[in-house]
Amino acid sequence: MSTATPPKAIDGTIGFADERFGTAGFLRGKMKKVFPDHWSFMLGEIALYSFIILLATGTFLTLWFKPSMGEVIYHGSYTKLDGVNMSEAYDSTLRISFDVRGGLLMRQIHHWAAVLFLASIMVHMLRVFFTGSYRKPREVNWLIGLGLFTLGILEGLFGYSLPDDLLSGTGLRITQGVMQSIPVVGTYIFYFAFGGGFPGHDFISRLYTVHVLLIPGILLALVGAHFMILWHQGHTQFSGKNRTEKNVIGKPFFPVFMIKAGAFFMFTFAVTALLGTFAQINPIWLFGPYTPDSITAGSQPDFYMGFLEGALRIMPNWETNLWGHTIPWNVLVPALLPLGLIMTGAALWPFIEQWATGDKKIHNLADRPRNAPFRTAVGMTAVTFYGMLWLAGGNDILADKFHVSLYATTWFFRGAVFVGPVIAYVVTKRLCVGLQRSDAAELHHGVEAGVITMLPSGEFVEMHQPVKEDAEAVLRGKQELPAIEDAGEDANGIPAPSSRGPLGKARKALNNAFTADDISIGNGHGNGHGNGHGEHPEAGTGDHKELSRG
Amino acid sequence: MKWITAWRRRPWAGYAVVLAALAIIGVAYAGASPRTDSAQASDTKTSEQDVAKGKALFSQACSSCHGMNAEGTKSAPSLIGVGAASVDFQVGTGRMPAMNPGAQIPRKKPIFNEQQTEELAAYIASLGGGPAVPSADQVDPSHADAALGGRLFRANCAQCHNFAGSGGALTGGKFAPSLDKATPKQIYEAMISGPQAMPVFNDTTVTPAQKRAIIAYVTQTRSEPNPGGNGLGRVGPVAEGLAGWLVGIGLMVVAAMWITARKPKKKHND
Repeated sequence: MSTATPPKAIDGTIGFADERFGTAGFLRGKMKKVFPDHWSFMLGEIALYSFIILLATGTFLTLWFKPSMGEVIYHGSYTKLDGVNMSEAYDSTLRISFDVRGGLLMRQIHHWAAVLFLASIMVHMLRVFFTGSYRKPREVNWLIGLGLFTLGILEGLFGYSLPDDLLSGTGLRITQGVMQSIPVVGTYIFYFAFGGGFPGHDFISRLYTVHVLLIPGILLALVGAHFMILWHQGHTQFSGKNRTEKNVIGKPFFPVFMIKAGAFFMFTFAVTALLGTFAQINPIWLFGPYTPDSITAGSQPDFYMGFLEGALRIMPNWETNLWGHTIPWNVLVPALLPLGLIMTGAALWPFIEQWATGDKKIHNLADRPRNAPFRTAVGMTAVTFYGMLWLAGGNDILADKFHVSLYATTWFFRGAVFVGPVIAYVVTKRLCVGLQRSDAAELHHGVEAGVITMLPSGEFVEMHQPVKEDAEAVLRGKQELPAIEDAGEDANGIPAPSSRGPLGKARKALNNAFTADDISIGNGHGNGHGNGHGEHPEAGTGDHKELSRG
Repeated sequence: MKWITAWRRRPWAGYAVVLAALAIIGVAYAGASPRTDSAQASDTKTSEQDVAKGKALFSQACSSCHGMNAEGTKSAPSLIGVGAASVDFQVGTGRMPAMNPGAQIPRKKPIFNEQQTEELAAYIASLGGGPAVPSADQVDPSHADAALGGRLFRANCAQCHNFAGSGGALTGGKFAPSLDKATPKQIYEAMISGPQAMPVFNDTTVTPAQKRAIIAYVTQTRSEPNPGGNGLGRVGPVAEGLAGWLVGIGLMVVAAMWITARKPKKKHND
């Protein structure tokens, strides 16, 4: 560190703040915070930056948007709607799009940023899940992330429902149906939320407050918590040379990572601006104002609601009538079950894993997905389940664009939503185990050098080189999954209490699932090939080699 | 062929092979699949018809499915009473004669010219009335109210043809076609004759003035530019989601990779 004093302007400002708030000591520690470099660690930042863009553009839009269902007759620049009756909400959105300078660009950037916000949350969550970065000590931050995701979906739904165009009205009609489908209290919830019949006069203005004040406030607080916890705990890193559970190898926040983060924010802004300029999103003037007697083909929600739409589309038309009351399974099940399965499953997973593996250690090293086959396979099962529902949500577009029967797509997805996840589980697990064997083989036999040598006997063999130091550190970073010690049986052949009962048995089975397929790298030849053909000589000696990769 | 040996171990070799395979399959498919491009259909006034000529054309091209006297068979409906408008629509859009029977006959390049279409229409009309081909004035959208047309379109047409007339899927392999290529006359004829899966909108349901308004809405909508940039096919949020993931997340991931990439070390003397 140089000891030269900074320019007076900087020294003075910092000195002012330091003398009053003691910032120097705080910042000195925080500024040196080290962040590891890997592209997948930047995915969450996309969400943060899109959120900032959403706040900025959203504020711009509130200056002109009128959250009112009051009926007006349109006489604006878009002549194709001239003289049409519509709500003030729709009228003001048209005005933002066609009469406010830069309004359409802002609307489009806002909407694209929302798409990017939720898409990046999804890829970020997948990264965290598949690398096991939710493990102790980060379980709480995982839960906060899930909360952010759920609220983000709701925020998006409320946002595109506000302009009161044909699509948003259709979405609200479905929302109303979902509310009404809840047994016993459904009708009351609907009347309470809408302030009377559908669509009524209250809902848009209520939605507006929730969309611009309540949810953004909670999101902001949760984002703050998410980042403070991240800052406090430090970032996970992939295993590699010199990397341990106790250190973080990377770039200090100030100045390197700060510059990178700043540049990445600019990238995010650039991409949303690019999309907002060149790709039309939510053209409400084409949809027209919402009237309950109208509907359009291709009525879809935004992508993050797509899996719920898909569930609704493939659900058989089942209803039960009990003592004069209808339980509409055809709406209730698709509205609650997939969301419940995915969200509850994701929330419980870290704790299930801890319980099943008995692993209470602190984990700062991220797993490679292949090294945790069960977790990766379960993750892909969920991804496939979600993906099938998601595709089913666009089944009319798929049917139309690919010239297949609409009913055929419905029936396909009815099967695929159950069969697909099973296939994904098996395939992923086998892939992971195969990759583990490949890693083990690489570690102990070296990598193929691409050099073919002819032996004196006339046989051709390929040389193998030992793995490079960096790569070896990555391979050796594999963490062995501990099997829970079998409590065993006592002298009389009675199993220990912990392994009895349904809970004990479930734990044993789960533990087995977590650990059974582990390919050891510890002692040379793992499960892959215990055929005892001994150590291989290094490449170049010309000895006969064979590789079995399981 | 040494370069293949040298290049096949490059990291990108696998991607290149997949890409090349996809390109070859794509080109081969495009070459092998039949062309169904359609051309601009007739737009002439109805003139004096030659029923006899029409009958000759009919027995040559249509009677194998519709029967010698247009009475219909198991594979095709009777054409008695469908009217000239229906013939003009079906033949003028190239849907008839059908290439191969399926859930729905798609639009293609018309086989008969305007004169022949008129003759066929005259013959079918002579069998028993039905709606006539509309006059140019009836389908002229220039003085119609597009805003009214939009209201009617959203209430009557959009549920199948989509909000911008981009088309949509129907049940059992049928579909509502895109309205991008339909001429004003064909739109009018479709409304009064109800081709294939489409219902008939007769003059009591939708008056001739309202039909003209709908035509004005359709023709204005398809020719109006997309103020927000590329229209993404005007099919709604599915295309937007796809663009958001492919372009948005795609570009951001590339940016993240670039920003976090390790700088290659300067080579010294090894």
